[in-house]
Amino acid sequence: MTGLVQRLIPEFEVWKRRYPAGFEGSLSIPALRRIQEERGYIADEDIADLTAYLGVPRTQIDEVVAFYTQFTRKPLGTHHIQVCHNVSCSMRGAEGLVKHLSARLGIKPGETTTDRQFTLTTVECLASCGTAPMMMVGDAFFENLTPASVDALLTELKGSTS
Amino acid sequence: MSTVNTGLSGTKFFMNFPVTDTSHTLAEYRTRFGYQALEKALREMSPTDVTKEVAAAGLLGHGGAAFPAGRKWGVVKLGDGEPHYVCMNADEGEPGTFKDRWLMECVPHMALEGLIIGSYALQGRHAFIYIRGEFDLAYRRMAEAIEEAYAAGLLGENILGTAYSLDVVLYRGAGSYVCGEASAMLASLEGKKGWPRNRPPRLTVKGLYQKPTVVNNVETMANVPVILRLGAAEFKKVGTPKSPGTQMISISGHIAKPGVYEVEYGYLWTKFIYEDCGGIQNGKALKCIIPGGVSTKILNASEIEGVTLDHNSAVAAGSQLGSGGMIAVAEGTCMVRLAQVIQRFYHHESCGQCTPCREGMGWMERILNRIVAGGGRPEDIDRLYQISQANDGTTICSLGDSAGYACSAIMDHYREEFEYYITNGRSMYDGNLTVEDPFASALVGVAS
Ligand SMILES: Cc1cc2nc3c(=O)[nH]c(=O)nc-3n(C[C@H](O)[C@H](O)[C@H](O)COP(=O)(O)O)c2cc1C
Ligand code: SF4
Ligand code: FES
Repeated sequence: MTGLVQRLIPEFEVWKRRYPAGFEGSLSIPALRRIQEERGYIADEDIADLTAYLGVPRTQIDEVVAFYTQFTRKPLGTHHIQVCHNVSCSMRGAEGLVKHLSARLGIKPGETTTDRQFTLTTVECLASCGTAPMMMVGDAFFENLTPASVDALLTELKGSTS
Repeated sequence: MSTVNTGLSGTKFFMNFPVTDTSHTLAEYRTRFGYQALEKALREMSPTDVTKEVAAAGLLGHGGAAFPAGRKWGVVKLGDGEPHYVCMNADEGEPGTFKDRWLMECVPHMALEGLIIGSYALQGRHAFIYIRGEFDLAYRRMAEAIEEAYAAGLLGENILGTAYSLDVVLYRGAGSYVCGEASAMLASLEGKKGWPRNRPPRLTVKGLYQKPTVVNNVETMANVPVILRLGAAEFKKVGTPKSPGTQMISISGHIAKPGVYEVEYGYLWTKFIYEDCGGIQNGKALKCIIPGGVSTKILNASEIEGVTLDHNSAVAAGSQLGSGGMIAVAEGTCMVRLAQVIQRFYHHESCGQCTPCREGMGWMERILNRIVAGGGRPEDIDRLYQISQANDGTTICSLGDSAGYACSAIMDHYREEFEYYITNGRSMYDGNLTVEDPFASALVGVAS
């Protein structure tokens, strides 16, 4: 083990202090979150190394990565835009918001721009229904969106990476 | 940022102070009785006394099922030599629900104090907060609260100098609605995929790593310090005899003033909608209400007339208060499209373990998609009913059931809209889900 997991193990060891003994397997989800935060996605070697570190069956880690929607096995664009399209957001314009973003970015939900700056996805309720329509960019919530606020944000994001 | 809707009359346990940039901190929480209930529990009460007080207060679970919290705690046998775990359910994924987010952003210490008291009552050495992976500010506020509590001796070894010790793990999910279901949540806490499991055995008998475990919602936990501070008798004076206390309601959709409100149980539903929440957007009429998250049955405008907001009244009216996630729907909204969005959600979130749910959710979504695309068939309505019923009681968790109830309740109320859509290949209305679409004319000037 030489890669990312090896480097993160000291952090994982700190987390363990608050868990009961025998809860090693519980670290899989937090550890995968941390790995993805560093690398942007979960690579094959991460799965192999994490399996070895936690001492759990490899299938458990494979299943976890596949089951939870926040995990990705392939790199996404620099800015991951996730638009809620559940009921309350749809009632406040989420469908138009998705169309607007698609037009501005030239991609459909599920796609990444060719310059790899933006990935657009639709997601289910993010508990921001009262401030709909909303989207997440990276970890941050953007609420009560309008065409003007979306365009301003896109301009800012483009500027930040070019 | 979160605001406080203080306009409503009635008692408030949570929304009773001005929210500022610092009101969530330990220092300010201490000016609002913070951790006095924990002091009282640890110094003056036995663990059993605490459970008895919570049971006597009649506290009902706020995660959706309204199960009595004291009764759940009472199942766990103290002194059985097993570790006991308490897990606070902060997964808040039921569409329309955003009150736990408010509680964690604005009063994180209240929920944490409740969790510590609950863990003491159950003699747990470790407790968990399972928070949904997408939360940002709510996560940071909860994390800060935990660190402040450790630093102040409210967590860790020998809390407040007593013999009681507790560690709390803040555990972030990674995107899964079904992980809000208690047994799925425990599987996830074990670091596995979030599959619900059959009961028995109950989680209070075999829960996290097969040990007795109590799972309670954030709002349920946040009520615990209130109960210890006021005493069960005073607590029960608030609300109705069968629904004591208050309910945090998050309201969204076509409502003029969306947001989180704290409502004393027994509050008049129409007063809440038409006065406190300002009625429907643009002065439109109310068509129907989803009372407590999309998993609860819709009620039309006349069905909420004269009904009060408490569990028994909502059930008598034909639905449930559920998670307090209320969605108001304006006249002229296409219910076929609404059903389609709801069904897409359930299909996406089915964990796939039970055949009726896995197959049924996809099947229902495809039928609704076909109707919306103009290719509906006369037999589709019966099909949707049949699939809904096939899920009833045959699945491990209630996700499948709920989807069935949600869809059939919409068809029971608005069958003519489905018939119209099928016959004419288009919506009875304009097919929009919005009253006012901020993006309606936005694309003028976009180069294609
Ligand atoms: C599909 C599904 C999703 C659920 N999601 C949540 C949730 O996000 N938060 C929650 O507190 N309870 C949720 N529940 C209910 C929990 O299973 C459990 O009843 C609750 O957390 C118990 O806490 P309480 O008694 O304090 O309400 C869900 C149930 C189901 C079937
Ligand atoms: S009812 Fe659906 S979500 Fe629940 S356990 Fe079965 S397949 Fe999974
Ligand atoms: S429906 Fe979009 S945040 Fe809840």
